[in-house]
Amino acid sequence: MTPLAKLLEAALFASARPIATDELASLDTDASPAELQSALDEIREHYDVEGHGVELVELGGGWQILTRAEYTEAIERAQLAARPARLSGAALETLAIIAYRQPISRSEIEEIRGVAVGGVLKTLHERGLIDVVGRAEGLGRPLLYGTTPVFLEHFALRHLEELPRADELAIALRLPPREPVLVAANEASE
Amino acid sequence: MTATYAADPSVSSESGFIVELTAFSGPLDLLLSLIREEQVDIYDIPIARICEQFVARIRSLGLNEAAEYLEMAARLIRIKAQMLLPRSDELAWEDPRAELVRRLLEYQQMREVVDLLERRGEERRNQFARAYLPQQPAPPQAPLALSLAELLSAVDRVLRAATQPNMHEIVSRGIDIPGAITTIRSVLALRARILWTELVERGAEPWQILSTLLGLLELAKIGELRVAQSKPFANVEISRDAASEAA
Repeated sequence: MTPLAKLLEAALFASARPIATDELASLDTDASPAELQSALDEIREHYDVEGHGVELVELGGGWQILTRAEYTEAIERAQLAARPARLSGAALETLAIIAYRQPISRSEIEEIRGVAVGGVLKTLHERGLIDVVGRAEGLGRPLLYGTTPVFLEHFALRHLEELPRADELAIALRLPPREPVLVAANEASE
Repeated sequence: MTATYAADPSVSSESGFIVELTAFSGPLDLLLSLIREEQVDIYDIPIARICEQFVARIRSLGLNEAAEYLEMAARLIRIKAQMLLPRSDELAWEDPRAELVRRLLEYQQMREVVDLLERRGEERRNQFARAYLPQQPAPPQAPLALSLAELLSAVDRVLRAATQPNMHEIVSRGIDIPGAITTIRSVLALRARILWTELVERGAEPWQILSTLLGLLELAKIGELRVAQSKPFANVEISRDAASEAA
C-alpha cells in the first residue's frame, strides 16, 4: 500500500466514528482530493481482494472500517460487542417522516402518523438520531426536529439524498399482486 | 396476513387503556389494512362498509378505548353522513373523503420509507465499527464509612473555619434592558457585525454586562439579530438578521 493509504488506514482504525473526506484531507495537507480518493480505493480493494475480516464503507458523510456481517454472530456470541437494539415500528415511522419533512414539528408528525409521538421523539433524541434544529414561527414557536449524522450512520446512508425522492415512491396503494381485479373494476365503471 | 390481526389474548374487554398495539401502529395503519383486505379502490372508498369494518375491528382488538382509533371512527362516520347529504350543486361538490385519501396516501408513502430504513438498518446492525463496546456501567459507590468521632471532629473543623461572616451593604443597581437594546440597535445600525467584546466595554460593571446580555437575548428572540459562536468560549459574533432586514 502507498504511504498515504497506510496513513488513512491508521486514522480510520483509530476512529470510532466515520471520518469525513475533509477530515481525512487534514491528515496530509499535501494530498489532493484525487489522491485521497485513490488511497481510499486502495484500502477498500486491499480489504476486498485479500479477503480481510473488515471492509471500508462509505456512510454518514464519511468513511469507516466495519467488520463483515458474516462474523457478527460469532463476535456477539463471544460477548465482545453487541448489536444495538432494533428501533420499534413507531420509532421508524417517526424517523421516516422526519427524514423527509425536516425541519418538522411534533404536531405535523402526529398529523401524518395519526397518533401521539411525544415518547417516541424522546427516545429518538436520546439515541442521537434526531435533534432540535430550530423553532417554527407562529403560535407557541414549536420545536422543529431534523435528523443527525448518527441517523445516516445507523442506516448506512452516505447522505440524505440516498433516500428515494418522495416522487419516486409509489403514490398509489400497492395491492396484493394476486388481485388485479381492482383495475378491471375501475375500467368497467368508466 | 390474517394472523397479524388476531386479537392479543391479554387484551381483555375491560382493559382501561391500551398502551402498546403490536398489530397496528395507528388508526391509519388499520384503515389501510382494511382497504387492502377488502380490495377496494382507495380513491373510491365505500365509507359505510369500511367504517363498519373499522368499528368491528377495533372492538375485537380491544382498541375501542384508544382515543386515536375512536377519533378515526368518528371521522369515518362524519364522512359517511356528509356523503348522504343531498348535493345541491354537483360541480361544486367536494368529495368529503378527499382529505382522508390524502392522509392515507401520505401514510402509505411513509410506510415505504420505513421498509427501506428497516432493511438498511438491519444491514448496518450486522456490522460492528471500531470501539463499539457496550458502555461499562460505573461501579456502585462504596457505602460511606464514618465513625461518630470523625463526624464530630469534622463539624468542629467547620465551626472553627466559619468565623463571623463579612457583612457588607448591597447597593442595588437596576438592570436597564431597554437602554441596552437601544445601544445595541444603534451599534448595529452602523455596523452589520460586531463582536461581544466590542459591545461590552472593558471594565464594565456586572449590571451593565448583564443588561447588554439580556438586551441581546431579547433582540435575538424577536429575530432582529443573530448570535453565533464558532466554538465553546470563542468570541460571540452578533450580526443583523438578514431576513428581518429584508422585511
